[in-house]
Amino acid sequence: MMRFFFASLLLFASLGSIGARQEIQGNIIKNPGKPLVAVPDFRASGAAASYVGAFNSTVASDLQSSPLINFVPKTMYPLQAPQQPQDLISGVASPSRGAYTPQGKRLSDWSLPPVSTNYLGMGYGAESHGNFVVFGWFYSTSPTMATLQQAQVFGKVYTASLDQNGAVDAGHRFAADILAQFGGKSLVGTRIVFVSNRSGAKEIWIMNWDGTDQRQLTRYGSISTFPSASPDGRIVAFTTYAAGYPAIQMFSLDTGRKLPFYNQRASMNAFVTFTPDSKRIVFSSTAAGGPAQLYMTNVDGSGLHRVSSSGAIEVEAKINPKTGADLVDVSGRSGLPQIYQMNLEGADVQRLSAGTGEATNPAWSPDGEHIAFAWTRGFEPGNYNIFIMDVTSRQATQLTANEGRNENPSWAPDGAHIVYASMRGRQSQIWVMNADGTGKHPLTDRGSNEKPVWVYAEQ
Amino acid sequence: MRKNRASLTSAAVLLLVFAAGCHKKAPPPTPAAPPSAPPPAAAPVINYFNAEPSSISSGQPSSLRWSVDNATNVQIDNGIGQVSPNGRRAVYPTATTTYHMTASGAGGNVSADATVTVGTPPPAEAPPPRNTETVADILAHRVQDIHFDYDKSDVRQQDQPVLQGDADALKTIFQMDPNFVVTIEGHCDERGSAEYNLGLGDRRASATKDALVSLGVPGDKLKTISYGKERPICTDASEDCYARNRRAHFSAGQ
Repeated sequence: MMRFFFASLLLFASLGSIGARQEIQGNIIKNPGKPLVAVPDFRASGAAASYVGAFNSTVASDLQSSPLINFVPKTMYPLQAPQQPQDLISGVASPSRGAYTPQGKRLSDWSLPPVSTNYLGMGYGAESHGNFVVFGWFYSTSPTMATLQQAQVFGKVYTASLDQNGAVDAGHRFAADILAQFGGKSLVGTRIVFVSNRSGAKEIWIMNWDGTDQRQLTRYGSISTFPSASPDGRIVAFTTYAAGYPAIQMFSLDTGRKLPFYNQRASMNAFVTFTPDSKRIVFSSTAAGGPAQLYMTNVDGSGLHRVSSSGAIEVEAKINPKTGADLVDVSGRSGLPQIYQMNLEGADVQRLSAGTGEATNPAWSPDGEHIAFAWTRGFEPGNYNIFIMDVTSRQATQLTANEGRNENPSWAPDGAHIVYASMRGRQSQIWVMNADGTGKHPLTDRGSNEKPVWVYAEQ
Repeated sequence: MRKNRASLTSAAVLLLVFAAGCHKKAPPPTPAAPPSAPPPAAAPVINYFNAEPSSISSGQPSSLRWSVDNATNVQIDNGIGQVSPNGRRAVYPTATTTYHMTASGAGGNVSADATVTVGTPPPAEAPPPRNTETVADILAHRVQDIHFDYDKSDVRQQDQPVLQGDADALKTIFQMDPNFVVTIEGHCDERGSAEYNLGLGDRRASATKDALVSLGVPGDKLKTISYGKERPICTDASEDCYARNRRAHFSAGQ
């Protein structure tokens, strides 16, 4: 599924490269061959009735924003939607007995026009022992399924707290289970670490992937910024001026405490990237004097050895999460900052970005075949937009345009979502979008928020 | 030509003031004789530099206006710094202030003054004797920021006089207080990425330190730190503000 998705992106990129500048608008990359999914609104009784609306809108929004399926608009649905398997009538209605109006109780009412969906989700909510409980089912409407039992893809119970947040959480989980049928990795449980000044100083914050539960991790009252996360999802590294100079600090998400780290004696140590096993890191340091260069150490700062040896500034190294053998970084070796690729010995250096404008903020896709990055192509200095590039073909596709300054992309574990910082006016906010540029929506609105990084444990 | 000679003279006076301010070598440099060959075509010309109104009461604004041709660098003292060749700026002096403009280019330097008189002219006052100036005063008032071109960290040729002034003032500071340490902060404008700018600010601070050491300032008294673009002195999206933020700034070290 992913491969097909990127193949269509590439096709678009090569078509668009004829024009001066590519811009993705609306649903240009929508694949008409994607499966159709319909989910009529769930109903609920008693105390659960107040929150089922939040459940329904969460499910609809997650499915609408997914590049893996097409969500059939609710206006097409029959009036009588089944709420549980017992509501379903097997077989296809025979139109011979007078004019037949689809009532919605047969799967064929959903598989035939006007709905024409391939899949149907249904269920209901209830209050049980003070919890918000949802019973959800997912059916294939294919006429090749001989029985209703065969047609059922899954049936599950979702238990959450009896409030708005609980209903939203249950909605995300049901939508994630549906998307998992089409190759979607669930984002539930993943988090986003970012920088916010809302407390008065730049501090490191963390939130759930959907923007809920925003929490402050550091309280230095200094400048703490440039976060990154270990692939095991357990460590956040960042750069802080708390001790007077930009220095690296390691923070354990397990214990909520800082971890020991030996900073090189240097005017700056910053921008940590982890090896896939989370045991070693590469970062930028001026330890040898001259422009900042890339160094590798163990995760505690011991065992230093030098990676890059250019006479130019080398920052923002990102180790390939799949191979662990190569990295991309931002280098000034050809003038204005550009994205380069090299192996972990600093050899086999190649420029990936086109060499025009400034290209920064590279971020690997989970499959290690693409990078997202920020580029000023076609715009004045400082007017960055998010692009993605196939590292092998070096074809770049533009995902944002004319929506302010967009920087610091970071991929979700599903490879289908990208979180980034968008400055529209004087404040930056964290936004998320699909990896085809659709479905953009903000996750933050308090203070200025920047440098998001998706945190999750690699499976 | 008359204008040129006048400006050469005032440049010499300026140098004299600098030298005198640093308790240094008594003989001021003699003004260079005007070249006998035809002067370079691109000599900077200050078309005008004035304050309007030139007389205000305290707290009221006055507008500085200027127009300069053939200059690559135009500076106004009194904390304004580098400006574009044609411009205006509101000032709010609380006491009578003389603004000093220096325009430099391939053809040399010229300067001009504009005075804003506040209230009734105060009685003429002798400048405070130098020995009441603390090292903090010297650092705040006589050590000026060094400015840089976009994505560059080399000290520009036209900033050599500022650098020399900084070197002299810093040497004075370290003579007065051998334990004093100065931190050179490298800063960038907001356009590049924050990440690259951290590296670039480090280069600016370190290039400024190297240039000062080459002028005889003791390197062990100078620390460097990069703030990238995290500590701008202005935040408007204008060329003028970008230029002010691309700087090496001097502060008291720990």
